[in-house]
Amino acid sequence: MSNPKPATTAAPGNGALLATIIRGQSVIVPILALIVAFAIGAILIAGQGVNPISAYASLFHYAWFSSDGLQVTLLRTAGLALTGLAVAIPLKIGMFNIGAQGQFLVGAITAAFVGYQFGNLPGIPLILVALVGGIIGGAVWGWISGILKAKRNVHEVISTIMLNYVAAQLIDWLLNSYLKAPGQAIPQTPKIVDQAQIGNLGPFPVGFLIAIVLAAFSWWLLRRTVLGFQFGTVGANPEAARYAGVKLPRMYAAGMTLAGGMAGLSGGVQTLGETHYFEQSFAGSLGFDGVTVALLARGNPIGVVPAAFLLASLRAGAPGLQFDLGVQPEIVDLVLAITLLLVSIPILAKLLVRKGATAAPTPAPIEEELR
Amino acid sequence: MTQWLAKNKSAAIIALVVLVVAYGFWAMSPDKATSMLRFAWTLSIPLVLGALTGVIGERSGIVNIGIEGQMLAAAFTGFFVAANTGNLWLGVLSGLLVGAVMGAFLAWIAVVFQVDQIILGVVMNIVATGVTSFYYVQGKVLPSAMPTFSIPLLSDLPLVGVFFQGGPIALLTLFTVLGTWYALFRTRWGLRTRAIGEYPTAADTAGIGVNKMRIINTTIAGLLAGAAGVFMSMEQTSSFARDMSAGKGFLALAIMIFGAWFPGRALAAALFFGLASAVASQLQADKVVDIPQQFVNLLPYVLTLLVLALAAGRVRAPASEGIPFVKGEGS
Amino acid sequence: MSERILDIVGLTKVYGSVRANEDITMHVDRGEIVALLGENGAGKSTLVKQIFGLGRPDAGTITINGDPAKIKDPTDASARGIGMVHQHFQLVPVMTVAENVILGHEPTKGLSLNLSAARALVTEISERHGLAVDPDATIEDLPVGTQQRVEIIKALSRQVDLLILDEPTAVLTPQETDELLAVMKELAAAGTSIVFITHKLREVLAVADRVYVLRRGKTVGEVRAADTDAAGLAQMMVGRSVVLQVDKADPQVGDEVLKVDDLHVLDDRKLPAVNGFTVAVRAGEIVGVAGVEGNGQRELVEAIAGMRRPVSGTVSLSGKDITTADPHATHAAGLGHIPEDREKHGLVSGYSIADNLVLNRFDEPEFTSGVMRDFGAIKENAANWIQVFDIRTPSGELPASSLSGGNKQKVVVAREMSAKPKLLLAAQPTRGVDVGSIEFIHRRIVEARDAGAAVLLVSAELDEILSLSDRIAVVHAGKVVAEMPAAGADRTKIGELMAGGHHEG
Repeated sequence: MSNPKPATTAAPGNGALLATIIRGQSVIVPILALIVAFAIGAILIAGQGVNPISAYASLFHYAWFSSDGLQVTLLRTAGLALTGLAVAIPLKIGMFNIGAQGQFLVGAITAAFVGYQFGNLPGIPLILVALVGGIIGGAVWGWISGILKAKRNVHEVISTIMLNYVAAQLIDWLLNSYLKAPGQAIPQTPKIVDQAQIGNLGPFPVGFLIAIVLAAFSWWLLRRTVLGFQFGTVGANPEAARYAGVKLPRMYAAGMTLAGGMAGLSGGVQTLGETHYFEQSFAGSLGFDGVTVALLARGNPIGVVPAAFLLASLRAGAPGLQFDLGVQPEIVDLVLAITLLLVSIPILAKLLVRKGATAAPTPAPIEEELR
Repeated sequence: MTQWLAKNKSAAIIALVVLVVAYGFWAMSPDKATSMLRFAWTLSIPLVLGALTGVIGERSGIVNIGIEGQMLAAAFTGFFVAANTGNLWLGVLSGLLVGAVMGAFLAWIAVVFQVDQIILGVVMNIVATGVTSFYYVQGKVLPSAMPTFSIPLLSDLPLVGVFFQGGPIALLTLFTVLGTWYALFRTRWGLRTRAIGEYPTAADTAGIGVNKMRIINTTIAGLLAGAAGVFMSMEQTSSFARDMSAGKGFLALAIMIFGAWFPGRALAAALFFGLASAVASQLQADKVVDIPQQFVNLLPYVLTLLVLALAAGRVRAPASEGIPFVKGEGS
Repeated sequence: MSERILDIVGLTKVYGSVRANEDITMHVDRGEIVALLGENGAGKSTLVKQIFGLGRPDAGTITINGDPAKIKDPTDASARGIGMVHQHFQLVPVMTVAENVILGHEPTKGLSLNLSAARALVTEISERHGLAVDPDATIEDLPVGTQQRVEIIKALSRQVDLLILDEPTAVLTPQETDELLAVMKELAAAGTSIVFITHKLREVLAVADRVYVLRRGKTVGEVRAADTDAAGLAQMMVGRSVVLQVDKADPQVGDEVLKVDDLHVLDDRKLPAVNGFTVAVRAGEIVGVAGVEGNGQRELVEAIAGMRRPVSGTVSLSGKDITTADPHATHAAGLGHIPEDREKHGLVSGYSIADNLVLNRFDEPEFTSGVMRDFGAIKENAANWIQVFDIRTPSGELPASSLSGGNKQKVVVAREMSAKPKLLLAAQPTRGVDVGSIEFIHRRIVEARDAGAAVLLVSAELDEILSLSDRIAVVHAGKVVAEMPAAGADRTKIGELMAGGHHEG
């Protein structure tokens, strides 16, 4: 009372974040959003004089049934799911990590460096060291944002944006100097040694399996463990969390470190499993795709896997559109953008609620209003 | 003026030193000095405009992470409308409009649905990337280059003359900074804007329509992000490339913070980074020292992080930014 | 004879199933000071908010200066001559006094704000009414009392006929209170009518011409201040239904549990709030800290609980030093803390009642197995405490936000009791709670003391302190000014001590 502050500062800020995303509750919202987005996409494709049904058929055929289509799709799913987790986990703590891009880059280049520098190590240990290197690289990058928030109250959105660019510039410099593969025109690292490459376990790429395991692990961590409860409490009401003896700085740092580790591993998996060397452009828009995946999954770690699979299918199938029908592959970006717009704006959820009238409004706490 | 000097001694001293050094350098090699300043100023223009978008929005209580998307969409729209209609000014106008519409959209959704503003901004960026990549067509050209103007007398000044010559957006930028400062700190609108960003319930009980004003302000601010985008595709260059905003919207945010949410300081910050870049590339070109360009590029980001981490107490964001205002709460 | 400024007839306001205001009829004449007296939750704030256009009556009329038109919003209210000073000041902290005063009706000169006119306005009003304040000072640098003066100037700058003051003295020091009361009298003499909300009898008797007493949403009495005294008012206010007397046995006092020694703590603005506070609480006794709100109680409680780091001094619990311990450590040391603000600190409203019942016990072995939470135990715990504390809910899985204020508070109290604390730190334990729950919570606090817990009770309600405590420590300006046994403690004397009176002994 001595400090006239709007009473509104108590509740929102952090707590509103996850609530915003899961407003409307059900999985119907993202599915409906996808249907609407695909319909709009169909109209646009039709506008280009192409039959939209055959376009989508060709897209998914290319993604799933072409020679190594599914392989590529699953590899992409792995990368996207891991960056999706890198966004979803901090969401639980009320933090919005848009630094998956930078964390991915640092992880990827670290894994690549290990992969070619320690070529005298045998396969399994080398792969482990490289992946752990990727995890550590990303984790450190995430930790910086976490510790800045914990110690100096720097908003993680700002710090992760800044760190994305710092990572990109530092890596660009390294690729042009110390880590540059000799004789290459484009700045890139040397190729990793053969035994560092990871392939398939049965029909599935190892990276994909790692992603599934980690998604399950994340779900378990957030829903079942004491640490997850603390994360959730901080996300829902940081003041109450402090009162309850949760060490906020530690949670911020831990959450961002964990997230960074996931994104770093994503980089490692892509380097060891798909590209086998590192080049800046490999990241593409992976960091922001992580945001898309996490929001589509409504912050749920299990939901991250199908969301990532969908995104990966679209991205992997997009070139097929161009080869077969001459449709611009960027249609995929457009469809995704519309989907994202629809899931993040509660218009659909509102329509659903009004129609179904399932979610009864909570009765207003009466004594509160009396005061 | 004297009061301002008394309050801002260090700023005045820095400005004086900068001027002395700049003119000293100019006296030694006038051409080089002028071209470096022009280089720096050209880099700064979209950043300043973007930062002003952020300043107006956040001063009103709306966090806008979508400036990047506004710039990109405006660059795209401006260029292609001009190229397709053959009318430059129609292009400029539609670019500005797209910026404003996106600003309105952000604020409207944030106010009406109380969606997290940061998420909205990020979504706006992704949408802008998606839409502009899909509709991008190669091989289009502007009907003509943007005309350039010189303000008589002022543009003849040695060195600082570069601020007073160029395309319409470049010329207007300096005045926009001045105008924004004046509007924010000297007018009724500014007082109210600052009030709704700091403590909306106080403004509300004083009879100010908080949410309406937030929407209007963010829309006006969107015009400036639009101008930044149009500048990139029509004035700085005469072409649109996919993803051409290339993070300038985010850099503008950094500059807004570095400038402590003040228009003038944002201008100074943008110029500082522009000049650092100009100096580094000049040093490299002259083969004096080889500072990797990347280090110069990452300077603004690292400095912003440092400012936020070290000067947290002194640099203060508007207290209610990002927090939806609901009537009746908090009173 | 006199001009009627405000006339309210048959006003009723309903929230859900509760009648916050029922059939209220009152009036205010020009130049009159009218007090609205009542306990927390009596409906005073609800009533004045409707006069100021923040909420509309469900029935009845409000007539202002003879005009019965509905009051649309605060702007409309201001235009019709009503000004309000809110309990939470409506001032922009980073702006100057002058800027705050003119906000919403700014004088301009061309395009520019006319700040010199604003300064002149502030100076003029402050000189006319003896409200000294520097128009160029920034609000956040000003002490609370001065901020309130700015609020009054702000209201007066709009030509008010009727000034509403919502609990204006709750945050003031006694000196500031006296100054405010003087200003109020002076304003009334100059023709401004005043309605002010309070639950402090002394203030009512000092300035009011007439008093309306509200109880449970209804006017239970209207009386001229000159015709009554404190006892009469208190009786009206409390009525016969709410006798906050708790039956309790004599304390069985044990070892010293809490020892606070020469504690110094800063508030959020880094100003000294607790200034050398010393108190000791033994097992089996309730020590009540009585004082005007804002005399360092919040900071004291937060410092003991580990949520705020003291500048100097020591706090120990059963001989263990917990001066710099964090909330986790103080909890582990045996401290139970009923926080002052349950919405902000005590509960996570989106969490289930079951989760809230273990909010600060989440990592205790009872509720965990390894790194995982033991959901069976958590559910069982919830079922048990919901029953024991009679928490009205169909299920422990429902979010805490579905509960009423009284039941929310029961959740908090149940949780803190469930850990069987050695020390129970109860800050405003019955604030904003219905009468039934108040009695219930009081009984539980006494039970905890009878079971051997040391209880430090901090409350702004003197009645609560008097009826629960075994010993009373009166706090003023962040330190204990007197300590006494509760038995035979004199209300009036405590009141004077709370106000910084000179009754040292």
